[in-house]
Amino acid sequence: MDLDRVDEIIDNHRGEASSVIQVMLDIQTEMSWLPREALTRVNERLGVPLSRVRHIATFYKAFSLVPKGRHQVHVCLGTACHVRGAPRVLDTVEELIGLKPGETDLDLKFSLETVNCLGCCALGPVIEIDGKTHGNVSTGKTEDVLSGYE
Amino acid sequence: MSDLRMRIDGREVTATEGMSVLEAARGAGISIPTLCYHEALEPHGGCRLCIVELDFGDWTQLVVSCVYPARADLVVRTRSEKIDRLRRTILELLLAHAPDSEPLRELAEEYGADRNRFEQEASFCIHCGLCVRYCAEVKKKDAIGFIDRGIRKEIAFLPEIAARECEDCKECFPLCPTSYLQAAWVLLDAQAFGA
Amino acid sequence: MTPLRTPEELAAYRQRLADDRPADRPCVSICAGAGCLASGAGEVIAAFETELAARGLEADVDTRGTGCPGFCQRGPVVVLHPEGTCYLQVKPEDVPEIVTSSIQGGQVVTRLLYEDPVTGERAVHENDIPFYRHQERTLLEHNIRIDSRSIDDYLAIGGYSALEKALFDMGPEEVLEEVKKSNIRGRGGAGFPAGRKWEGSRNAKDEPRYVIVNADEGDPGAFMDRALLEGNPHSILEGLIIGGYTIGAREGYVYVRQEYPLAVTNVTLAIRQAEEYGLLGEDILGSGFDFRVMVHKGAGAFVCGESTALMTSLEGRVGEPRPKYVRSNVKGLWGKPTVLNNVETWANVPLIVNRGADWFTGIGTEGSTGTKIFSLVGKIVNTGLVEVPMGMPLKDIIYEIGGGIPGGKKFKAVQTGGPSGGCLPEELLHLEVGFDELTEAGSMMGSGGMIVMDEDNCMVDVARYFIDFLTEESCGKCVPCREGLRQMHRILSNICEGKGREGDIETLEDLSEVAMEASLCALGKSAPNPFLSTLRYFRDEYEAHITEKRCPALSCKALVSYYIDPDKCRGCLICMKKCPSQGIEGVRKQIHVIDQEKCDACGVCFEVCPSRYDAVVKISGEPVPDPLPEEERMIVKVAGDE
Ligand SMILES: Cc1cc2nc3c(=O)[nH]c(=O)nc-3n(C[C@H](O)[C@H](O)[C@H](O)COP(=O)(O)O)c2cc1C
Ligand code: SF4
Ligand code: FES
Repeated sequence: MDLDRVDEIIDNHRGEASSVIQVMLDIQTEMSWLPREALTRVNERLGVPLSRVRHIATFYKAFSLVPKGRHQVHVCLGTACHVRGAPRVLDTVEELIGLKPGETDLDLKFSLETVNCLGCCALGPVIEIDGKTHGNVSTGKTEDVLSGYE
Repeated sequence: MSDLRMRIDGREVTATEGMSVLEAARGAGISIPTLCYHEALEPHGGCRLCIVELDFGDWTQLVVSCVYPARADLVVRTRSEKIDRLRRTILELLLAHAPDSEPLRELAEEYGADRNRFEQEASFCIHCGLCVRYCAEVKKKDAIGFIDRGIRKEIAFLPEIAARECEDCKECFPLCPTSYLQAAWVLLDAQAFGA
Repeated sequence: MTPLRTPEELAAYRQRLADDRPADRPCVSICAGAGCLASGAGEVIAAFETELAARGLEADVDTRGTGCPGFCQRGPVVVLHPEGTCYLQVKPEDVPEIVTSSIQGGQVVTRLLYEDPVTGERAVHENDIPFYRHQERTLLEHNIRIDSRSIDDYLAIGGYSALEKALFDMGPEEVLEEVKKSNIRGRGGAGFPAGRKWEGSRNAKDEPRYVIVNADEGDPGAFMDRALLEGNPHSILEGLIIGGYTIGAREGYVYVRQEYPLAVTNVTLAIRQAEEYGLLGEDILGSGFDFRVMVHKGAGAFVCGESTALMTSLEGRVGEPRPKYVRSNVKGLWGKPTVLNNVETWANVPLIVNRGADWFTGIGTEGSTGTKIFSLVGKIVNTGLVEVPMGMPLKDIIYEIGGGIPGGKKFKAVQTGGPSGGCLPEELLHLEVGFDELTEAGSMMGSGGMIVMDEDNCMVDVARYFIDFLTEESCGKCVPCREGLRQMHRILSNICEGKGREGDIETLEDLSEVAMEASLCALGKSAPNPFLSTLRYFRDEYEAHITEKRCPALSCKALVSYYIDPDKCRGCLICMKKCPSQGIEGVRKQIHVIDQEKCDACGVCFEVCPSRYDAVVKISGEPVPDPLPEEERMIVKVAGDE
């Protein structure tokens, strides 16, 4: 756990208490989760009570208090994708990788999340894996898409 | 501070600048039900039970009295068929979580709320936030806080702070309208301090 | 770049840009918006760069990744300048041909042009395509012309001239008057007149004041703000600076959701460029006006789009709304006067300042002036962003621009206004889009999502979907929303699962009343809309679910069954192999039978049964016919069969 890096992030935001969410987002982006020591550091350096840091970390969807898998699978459940059959695609993904939304598997291969619109509704239903968008996924196509990841 | 004169339930009431409608009413001995209000704390406006109606002559507006600022010449109604109906449903929604809470049962009686209207989901906490706010605002210890949001929102102690502060304080315990805080504490005690 | 210190220096710089880029200089614009990138625009851009370099043309022909012009359905979109030739669905393989034929040879590559599905006619230019022809694109028109990361591109098309005009020719009072006169109403939700909001802040005694761009765009199925912010960030900044100047603010914020990384990057870059050019910072263009802008990333909470929650969040706290009995233009961020407007609202400001309020009110209707961008999605031929004058009938948007419903299906409803909007039925397609018109019909403008649904969509399921979304996104602070939505969601789910009971509709109506009347913020207050509007127009669907346990749209999984029509089945084994539950019995050349015990109604068999057989039948609310006894399942070859 690289606390120096956390300090740098805090310094980038000039140590202002109001930037606590921005600081936590930067930590999340960098480490892909919020380790406990990092949060304690944020609490000490910004003077934001731990109770609030904890509430922020659990209130906003971007944060995770557990490490994430190597591959982040995002199934879009935006309205456009929903009316084009996204729930069934989600069912299939859940079955194939054995995870529910919000979960990560034990060997940290996949994390599954649902999202509300990736802005490419023309291609719905859409799955995004590690930032790459796969469009027009049918129940059948899901397996091909997922099998490409190790 | 200038005095503000207003009418609540037909009675002339005097309030001062900075008071809420709720405080003005209570000051005059008019009761409005509340669950998340406490004199010592910043108003929260979460339970919505203190809802009242403002009468502007040709139109009316429902507002929540604990956060609505008292103003001169307001005409306020604290009971009406609609207000009672809203309060009843709010109570019924809360009773699904805390069917045995004493304050809830008393209010349910008054408003004819049916504690079995909605499927029971006993998580007990009704999220009034009294414990959390008391600890933060009055004690300035932040030993207990909220986590998550929406229907998953909960209160939880911060073990490292609670271990230090709570044993000798426990001032928030009597504020809890349900038995949840007690339960959370016992649980924490058992887990963290190895009882 | 040395900062521009006077309007004259800005003019001179603009002139230099014009001299450097003659209008006939060839340029390839490729949409690099989210939709096109997902369809492979990145590879197309790379292909153009390599191809042009390989032929030694890179110095003569510019390549530009641009913002989204809206036609996501046919992405990647490529436009060649100066001719304006528009190619659709371009693949990297097409690039050499485009370079040879069009850029070098001056010919059009016909097969990449838009083809009218009915007449088969080809359209060369953007504006010949019906999708664009019926639009009025005042905000989106520049997206395909400029590189969103280039301030020079923006300046070259006249960018920041409105700021200059506001600072030097108009002054704050006149700008305010013009904005008020334009009657522009907020594009983010409630449709509050922007001029009045600004005036309230300008007149508030307190200092400092703040201006904020709401770019939290959380509506699922909406991406117009994203397209503006990614595609033309300077236009929003320019609007914001003008707003700050008008109300007397010296600080502004852009609150943009972190789920839009490209928007974050582009707007951050735009701020840096504007600072370098002296268009932001101290003493802008020598006017004496100081203004700075900060970017704040939203961490993923729909409720933070709500004005007070957004401000709470900016202050570094959990995004729970606050009571609004004192408006935030008087007491907002840090308790100070704050003007919060939506991305699209800000983007309109430079246009109003430059072209005048009369021009603006000339577009649209009396109650709703200007244009509005909608994101037209769902069961529609042309998915994409469409910008139309307010007052255009829904049916024109859906049929003329959107191209109607694909697959020969029947239109059922259009949902407008985001998750707490409403569903409008066919009878209301003549409705002219406008703030008041949509509200009156039980829906709303919201931020401009427009989701088209066809006969296969169940309206109870749609209501359940939105209530589910809102339950997930409720902040949990107040009881009517948190607990009321929890119960509404449970009841709606039960109805969809065939567990609906007599009295459910009335309970839902009660809960709706409490949420609307007693919730703290507009999320809870408007949350019952999806239920109430579907009940208003599609009550029979609710009743069919509750009393007959039937889903008329054949959509609710728990209420549909599948069976195989013995007269049509040819025993091809396809469905049997695909069924994930091993629920289909069959051997080659024997009629297949679905084991209803094992079937979990996933519908794969229905999807995969070859259309020439079309043997799988989907039903709801009626018993499945008994399967043929085993000895009768042999398929007898009839004459003419294969
Ligand atoms: C739950 C909720 C979410 C909202 N989300 C957004 C949003 O994502 N973007 C937006 O501009 N306005 C959103 N709004 C509306 C804002 O509260 C506010 O009215 C708007 O930003 C004001 O700008 P305008 O007057 O330019 O529309 C939301 C409102 C609510 C209640
Ligand atoms: S209405 Fe919903 S989102 Fe708004 S304050 Fe109440 S619980 Fe939070
Ligand atoms: S006492 Fe007013 S909302 Fe709870």
